Amino acid sequence: MRHSRVPRWWFAPLGLLCTLAIVLLAGCSGPYPQSTLEPRGDFAEMVDSVFMKTVYLATVVFILVEGALLWAVFKFRGKPGDPDPHQIHGSTVVEIVWTIIPAVVLAIVAVPTVETIFSTAKVPTTSTDGQPPMKVEVIGHQWFWEFRYPELGITTANELHVPVNRTIDLRMKSNDVIHSFWVPQFAGKRDVFPNRETRLWFTAKVTGEFPGACAEFCGTEHGRMDFYLMVDSAPAFQAWVDRRHADSTMQFNGMPMHPVVAAAGQAPPPVDTLVAEGQKLFQSKGCSSCHSISSMHVLTVIGPNLSGIGSRKMIAAGWLPNTDANLRDWIEHTQKLKPDVLMKLPMPVSDAEVTALIAYLRTMR
Amino acid sequence: MATTVLEPTQTAAYAKRSVLVEWLTTVDHKRVGILYGASAFVFFLIGGLEAEVIRLQLMKPDNHLVSPEFYNQLFTMHGTTMIFLAVMPISAMFFNFFVPLLIGARDVAFPRLNAMSLWVFILGGLFLNFSFILGAAPNGGWFGYAPLSSRQFAPGVNMDFWMLGLQILGIASLAAGVNFFTTILNMRAPGMTLMRMPMFVWSVLVTQVLVLLSFPVITVALILLTADRTFGSSFFSFSAAGGGSGGGDPMLWQHLFWVFGHPEVYILILPAFGIVSEILPVFSRKPLFGYSAMVFSMAFIAFLGFGVWSHHMFATGMGPLADSFFSLMTMLIAIPTGVKIFNWIGTLWGGSLQFRTPLYFALGFIAMFIMGGLSGVMHAVQPADLQQTDTYFVVAHFHYVLFGGSIFSLTAGAYYWWPKMFGKMLDEGLGKLHFWLMLIGFNLTFFPMHFSGLLGMPRRIYTYPKGLGFDGYNMASTIGALILAVSFMVFLYNVIRTWRSGEHAPADPWGGATLEWSIPSPPQEWNFAVEPMVTEKDALWAMKRAAGVRILPEPARVSGKGIHLPSPSWWPLFTAIGLLIFMTGIMLKRPWAFPFGPVSMAGFAIAAFSIFKWSYEPVDHPTSHQAH
Amino acid sequence: MTAAVLDHDSAPAHEEHHTSLPVNSRKLAIWTFIGSECLFFASLITTFVIYRDSHAKGPGPKDVFGVPLVTSGTAVLLFSSFFVVMALNGAQQGNRKKLLTWLSLTVLCGMFFVGMQVYEFTHFVHEGMGYTTNLFASSFFTLTGFHGTHVAIGTLWLGTLLKDAYKGRIPPSKALNLEIAALYWHFVDVVWIIIFPVVYLMSLGR
Repeated sequence: MRHSRVPRWWFAPLGLLCTLAIVLLAGCSGPYPQSTLEPRGDFAEMVDSVFMKTVYLATVVFILVEGALLWAVFKFRGKPGDPDPHQIHGSTVVEIVWTIIPAVVLAIVAVPTVETIFSTAKVPTTSTDGQPPMKVEVIGHQWFWEFRYPELGITTANELHVPVNRTIDLRMKSNDVIHSFWVPQFAGKRDVFPNRETRLWFTAKVTGEFPGACAEFCGTEHGRMDFYLMVDSAPAFQAWVDRRHADSTMQFNGMPMHPVVAAAGQAPPPVDTLVAEGQKLFQSKGCSSCHSISSMHVLTVIGPNLSGIGSRKMIAAGWLPNTDANLRDWIEHTQKLKPDVLMKLPMPVSDAEVTALIAYLRTMR
Repeated sequence: MATTVLEPTQTAAYAKRSVLVEWLTTVDHKRVGILYGASAFVFFLIGGLEAEVIRLQLMKPDNHLVSPEFYNQLFTMHGTTMIFLAVMPISAMFFNFFVPLLIGARDVAFPRLNAMSLWVFILGGLFLNFSFILGAAPNGGWFGYAPLSSRQFAPGVNMDFWMLGLQILGIASLAAGVNFFTTILNMRAPGMTLMRMPMFVWSVLVTQVLVLLSFPVITVALILLTADRTFGSSFFSFSAAGGGSGGGDPMLWQHLFWVFGHPEVYILILPAFGIVSEILPVFSRKPLFGYSAMVFSMAFIAFLGFGVWSHHMFATGMGPLADSFFSLMTMLIAIPTGVKIFNWIGTLWGGSLQFRTPLYFALGFIAMFIMGGLSGVMHAVQPADLQQTDTYFVVAHFHYVLFGGSIFSLTAGAYYWWPKMFGKMLDEGLGKLHFWLMLIGFNLTFFPMHFSGLLGMPRRIYTYPKGLGFDGYNMASTIGALILAVSFMVFLYNVIRTWRSGEHAPADPWGGATLEWSIPSPPQEWNFAVEPMVTEKDALWAMKRAAGVRILPEPARVSGKGIHLPSPSWWPLFTAIGLLIFMTGIMLKRPWAFPFGPVSMAGFAIAAFSIFKWSYEPVDHPTSHQAH
Repeated sequence: MTAAVLDHDSAPAHEEHHTSLPVNSRKLAIWTFIGSECLFFASLITTFVIYRDSHAKGPGPKDVFGVPLVTSGTAVLLFSSFFVVMALNGAQQGNRKKLLTWLSLTVLCGMFFVGMQVYEFTHFVHEGMGYTTNLFASSFFTLTGFHGTHVAIGTLWLGTLLKDAYKGRIPPSKALNLEIAALYWHFVDVVWIIIFPVVYLMSLGR
């Protein structure tokens, strides 16, 4: 029979410290724009508060229990020839004590848990800026996000503009399968369903651009169903709203036009021929059969609404930076970039045609 | 112990059976157990390979190692395989081999039913994996949420394989549930009252109760999904665009699934608890601390386990009352779980710890399970879970409890019971190397996931962008996963080397407390030549104390003449084949599928015929099979 | 599942195995199976209760349910449970005539019930209520269809026992075989006692 070799006492702590070190070093890769640990809105702050309470308690429990385990492992190491230890079977008192202590610890966690459940369940009646909450409808699609502002008559996609210090009252549904709306720095996630509305809310406390993601597996491109939350100052938000409203007043042949053109119904002044050609191609190549270029009172047809596409930060659902090169790549090689999306160009486009299309799209700010 | 050697009698036909036929028709619980274990280990390696590819894909951002579609198949099959084709059947290997031995019985209550469970499992696992050959492996996640699983959104055969494969496997589990429940209640050796049973046997008993009460629910869920996908109903489809009436509720799937799914995770962990409760006393040289508390806490966990299912649905907007109820119930279940952990530490405390490989893995289990349990308590806080669920944080949590918990414990069980099953000792040095590689690899793989999850990385994404800070953590996880792969290669090498030239194992290499160590390694077909009489728990320690020795004399191998054993039978295998054909028929295209086309009818006929012949076949043929 | 429990030909000596509980293992097994099946039917009944009012399109319960016919089927099933007890009694007493008479009646009742359900289902389909017409229909057919399948399996099982009894293969020492089938039969009856009011009677007012 082999003899048992007692492990060196420092094996376990050293191994685990190394692992911890590697892990923490791995974390030295810079900013965390999607982190739940840096809340910038009230909902996320409430969640973070109860979460951190749990973390502190868990750390204490961890140290105590793992510590007891490690202590036992090293203090009571034996050898094959050793005499039998005291044959104890248990202790009722000990059982009671170590049943009650965890119960007390859990009660300490339970109270703020239930409090936070109820406080996060109710949409506040007024925002920090004194205004009533702003309703935004969120509709999840395979694989993009549609956003509608019923009070403002605006439809857009993949980029959610909100004013800072305003409570956003999200009313959410899905167009197809279950998705989940998640912008970690502002709120927890909420699933969206085809057959019922779910609700979420948050109030952003700082301006900026914040990434969000779909957080419920929804098919092939679940991994590329991101979006951006743009928290604007009040004037910047109003400017964005104005630009979206202007979408409807820019009509020529039923299509919104270059902003230089002002009045509806009148023959337009000479515009950039490339832009004009792009506008024609947008229809003739079938883009308009799936995408609306206007944000006003429209229902999403099949593909994401493209209002303001020219100035959006990202394309392809919060993924590719909105550069001309990426836009070209997306139009020409959609299926290679994001297989299985519905966007398969009805007819082929040449490089020159894409240049025109991009010029046109860039005018939609 | 009987020592007279008598002449065996056999019919000529029986003597001429080939090895293959012997194994295909076996009803011996020990052989059934070995077949479970061997198949499960192969499936485990496949599931592990799936994980390695996943980790290679996620190693760096914007990676293109695999397509998104294939990635979705990989993670779906990884989860499904590890749960249903690895952890459960490896546990089943131990149930099969050791429950009869631990209770002093010759076999299970229904040996042929036992064999049927085995074949149904093997065929079900092959069926599920066959989908890869068609390039159409299941791709809807291991919990198959509707309506993504509907015909409308999953038009291929992928989810048909999943749905029918799980249904097949469920039947294996239900049959085994009836079998082991009856065996444990009714076939204990004289004097072995319930409170004198080994803890592993208790864990199996409670696990079977969970199986019997939870599997019917997923059976119904899968039937309704089959109706949706095959016959065009809309149980889970809200939209009528899929061809049905519409109006269905995807939430119904979630409720039905998780009413099964939560008890299922206790099905995965309770046997692991039982194994650790067997190993710690032996290697601490003192009894399990708080036996009664351990029994009652396990029963309480199982009971409460039926009342927490919607904690998997915290992000679905159920409302504050439901959220609060399930938060509180989930926290409640932490109490009996904590009691068990403390009792294990209490067992070690004051003991004389013998550091052999089984103890290493058992200690690893406790350490890792504590961590998994603590992240579980964090999940119990519903608002916090809104940030954690569906991210790598929950991936970390469940791997800590399922791998750090179940797998570490099952590995401990393998090293502990290997000598009894195969008559050889696995190498200690390689075992310890396996342990350290596995511990380090495991933590390096899964600890970073707590961070990447909290930093905003959702789960089930085939890639992630640069600039979100996930890169380093993912690289660390991938390296850890490769170390884990090496650790399993070490184990495999140990197994093969032992097979070829391992040290022969005595009956009782560890100084065991339970009855299986009183018989030769490996046991003779009938297990006990003489039925043991039990007077207290830790029955073998009691016998040793009575004899005044630490180890009993090596038991002799004897002739088993006169011991009637259940005869081998073909009918369990044929019934399983009929069932497989019946299920396959359901997924073949209409009109074969509806109402139940020729293939399903043929499968039904084979199964019905086999059951009929089975029921008229005697349990043992007096002249055809005598122990020898 | 049923096969191991059916086990018609076990030699009596092996029935006398020592058991830890004072109940035969096969009987314990059928009780265990029945316990499991309770959850099976509970899930189906729950699904029906959730979808019972989903008949915006197509017929609803008031349009198609024929309560008198189903009530007669219910009565037949209830009586059949009594009949099988009498048959079991006959088997235990070694009274061949009693056994055969009552067991035949039980089997006939089972056949009547299944026939009634087949008739009812065909009638519904003719009235425009197919399996996928609406969710009320889907959940109704699934629930009662699975119950009916259980009745059919039970009827077949009792039928094979009837054949065995006719051949004299159910002496008092083998009465357990019938007892196990009878337990299953009682369970199937009890499930119907729940389905009948929940599905049919409670739909009368909707």
